[in-house]
Amino acid sequence: MQYQWNFDWLANYMPVFVNGVAITIELILVGAVLGVCLGIVCAWVRALGPVWLKPFVAAYVELIRNTPFLIQLFFIFFGLPSLGMKLTALQAANIAMVVNLGAYSCEIIRAGIQATPRGQFEAGASLAMTPLQTFRHVVLVPALQRIWPALASQIVIVMLGSSVVSQIAVEDLTFASNFVQSRNFRAFETYLVATLTYLALAIALRKVLDGVGWVIFPRRKV
Amino acid sequence: MSLIAITDVRKSFGSNEVLKGIDIDIARGEVIAIIGKSGSGKSTLLRCINGLETIDSGSISVEGAQLLTEARALRELRLKVGMIFQQFNLFPHLTAGRNVMLSQMVVKKTPKDEAAEIARNMLQRVGLGEKFDAYPDQLSGGQQQRVAIARALAMQPIALLCDEITSALDPELVAEVLAVVKELAAEGMTLVMVTHEMRFARDVCSRVVFMHQGRVHEIGPPEDVFTNPRTPELQQFLGMSQAA
Repeated sequence: MQYQWNFDWLANYMPVFVNGVAITIELILVGAVLGVCLGIVCAWVRALGPVWLKPFVAAYVELIRNTPFLIQLFFIFFGLPSLGMKLTALQAANIAMVVNLGAYSCEIIRAGIQATPRGQFEAGASLAMTPLQTFRHVVLVPALQRIWPALASQIVIVMLGSSVVSQIAVEDLTFASNFVQSRNFRAFETYLVATLTYLALAIALRKVLDGVGWVIFPRRKV
Repeated sequence: MSLIAITDVRKSFGSNEVLKGIDIDIARGEVIAIIGKSGSGKSTLLRCINGLETIDSGSISVEGAQLLTEARALRELRLKVGMIFQQFNLFPHLTAGRNVMLSQMVVKKTPKDEAAEIARNMLQRVGLGEKFDAYPDQLSGGQQQRVAIARALAMQPIALLCDEITSALDPELVAEVLAVVKELAAEGMTLVMVTHEMRFARDVCSRVVFMHQGRVHEIGPPEDVFTNPRTPELQQFLGMSQAA
């Protein structure tokens, strides 16, 4: 069997792919930054926070980790408008990714916090720091350093999972591929381009996260 | 008036009563060594003085102010009473200099430049002026412990609590830490140390407290305690530690 490769269409549709890649990068940028921030706050609550708050965070984490991302996305995009919240597809996708990564990173970061030696808390306390100051200045950075590889993997997973936002017509890389494929009928080549682009994005994202690690954790050992 | 007044302090962990009514008055400038077997309550007593453990009954006061469990009052106290730990507990992600600067900046809101200046002086004081930019894992145990001392000193405490600060060190590193402590004692710092360094206790301390089964078993100047132990428990303890 001889397959006739054909990439002639690629030049014409390049802008569509570029736009898709840009949207995917925007999604993961917002999702990773805000999602990890949300995860840190939730991890603090679960590990060290006030008792009355813990059940709420636990419920949020379990709800998100035990339901499909696509359903969460549909709920936010199609469900919330009934409550009067009008969202664009991109806003809904951003929120869904932040909420999703927030729950997963909460559990990862919590593990890092709980592995902190008790002496670190005592040293903070004996220097007259408040528990919150101790968390912020003493506990947090080494905790993140401990779990950074796991957190980076989760961020990459969420980036790859972002392809489902094409289902609510966010024009990300997957949406772009579907669009192009429906025009050129070269499914194999089109999805090959999409696959390689995702692969490159994932590798690049990992490198970026390694770099971030190098900047915020000056020492390798904890 | 005594600087630290410990009156009838009791503390239990579950059904195990660790402190069974402790009374000690510590005057300003005194250097107190607390000795005794493990499990005798030495470390617990020290940790009660700056509120790392809460006491069940009795009272502890520092400069006339009662030790309260209320968080703000506790932090006020901890500004006056520094603590140094057996395991150093330096912050691994910060340089030696940053370790000394952190609480000044966070707690006292000292401007960064001034905090760095103080940190430099304190590191100089413990003989580590050139290690400002070293991370804890680049330092020996003895150096780490001296950074921990500098960190506590930077808060300008009126007393320092030392919880077996040489017990985690290799024998050849003990002397450099004790030399720093000795200097502090000479400068008039009030020190309360749980220690196994009997010779150091004898040479430097103004009083020695021997704890046994949660009580102060003997207390007095080192020459009395070490040369004329009155109770068989202390005799046995000293015999053991001399043999060791």
